[in-house]
Amino acid sequence: MVEASGDRQISDASSDSVSTTIVNSLTPPVVLREVSRYFGRFAALRTVSAEFEAARLYAILGENGAGKSTLLRLIAGLTPPSRGTVTLFGSERPASVRHRLAYMAHASLLYDELDAMENLRYFAELYGMHDLGACAHSLRKVGLDPALKRRVGQYSQGMRQRLSLARALLHQPELLLLDEPFSNVDISSAREMVRLLANSRDNGCTVLVVTHQPALLETAADELVQMAAGRIVQGAKAQMGPVISPAQSSTPEVVR
Amino acid sequence: MSAAIQSPVTEPRPGLWPVLRATLGKDLRLEWRSKDAINSMLFFALLVVVVFSFSFDPTAEESRRIAGGLIWVSFLFAAVVALNQTWARELHNQVLDAYRVSPAPANSLFLAKAIGNFLFVGVLEAVMAPLFLVFYNLRPIGPAWQLLLVAALGTWALVVNGTFFAAISIRTRSREVMLPLILFPISIPALYSMVAATAAILAGDASPAYWMKLLAVYDVVFTTACLLLFEMVLNAE
Repeated sequence: MVEASGDRQISDASSDSVSTTIVNSLTPPVVLREVSRYFGRFAALRTVSAEFEAARLYAILGENGAGKSTLLRLIAGLTPPSRGTVTLFGSERPASVRHRLAYMAHASLLYDELDAMENLRYFAELYGMHDLGACAHSLRKVGLDPALKRRVGQYSQGMRQRLSLARALLHQPELLLLDEPFSNVDISSAREMVRLLANSRDNGCTVLVVTHQPALLETAADELVQMAAGRIVQGAKAQMGPVISPAQSSTPEVVR
Repeated sequence: MSAAIQSPVTEPRPGLWPVLRATLGKDLRLEWRSKDAINSMLFFALLVVVVFSFSFDPTAEESRRIAGGLIWVSFLFAAVVALNQTWARELHNQVLDAYRVSPAPANSLFLAKAIGNFLFVGVLEAVMAPLFLVFYNLRPIGPAWQLLLVAALGTWALVVNGTFFAAISIRTRSREVMLPLILFPISIPALYSMVAATAAILAGDASPAYWMKLLAVYDVVFTTACLLLFEMVLNAE
């Protein structure tokens, strides 16, 4: 698992010293250190410390409001932590590792007025990819027809989810962050998506899946991560941090 | 032990121009299909021309004096309609998040949006200018080609700030109101220069050179400031 991460590290950081490369290759792709995230007085995440290792598939579970989506957005670099550090591939600068991760949200992150290939072509350009074959390949992988000219706005919810997954897999990320990818997807499509995620994991990708349907990931997941009230209470080498009192912090502790 | 990931097919930092080109192409395609911005701008500007022309009946000399103000104020109001829609597309389905997690440069997105708006407002001006000439019986006494230069400099001044402030206001609750509140005050120097330069060319009694230089400086200063600050605006939560 470490080997997979290390290979990519060497190819991406040719100018770095060998010692840095070796250190990075041993570092888990995602390390959270005492991370908190506040929205006004509400603490979505509370002093979370955890590590997610390379080439493992994590199913992140928890009730609504447990902080699952915030955790993914934080790792994706979309939301900065109020406190603590998020380290991805040994770097605390999200911008430097963005080409190595992919994020699939609740919303489709797709343009309704474009067809599937037009969407993927655009997103491929954002990653410096100019190969149309890769877009078509990504679509076929999720069971969509690259020749389909129908606009995404006319797709069923299940087709949108599959297209979203194709967008996320397009640039062969090393870290895949998925927020409820199976919602509104029929059972056979959901199983097919799970198979794709397991394949990605087998190819060295670290996969974090937030889901309310743990049964789907029962066989594929390497580890279940349980969240409650803004904390990871089980899995991902989580450590329970101290509760920071309002006196210690300029941002008040939250009363849920 | 799992198999290693294949060699990367992506670039750690894609170039500014390829992403700009792709984003601009995508925006033009979306506008071509929906025609949201162009249609709403055209109808708005047309209404302004017609309402003003019925409201008063100026002589040819009066028209030359006031036409600069009429033209640019109507273009400014119409442009705000398009500017508000610039980022609305990116908020739908939260597509902006897909851009933010990608390694694409923030300034590619900003420049593509600004150039796209420049083209949309340019189309509006190309369609509306002949109508202005007819409704207000205008015939420039000064060199007419200079009007093109004023239009280009003035339009860029409006859209570069408009695109930037529209990005700031996208996360506010009443962004349709917020944009003009921020944009209009900061556009006053540009608007004044545009009106003065246009009036000078139409009346032919003064040189527009000073106002055009002022517009050029305004464009350079605000384009630079927007480019320096846009990444921060894009990633603000």
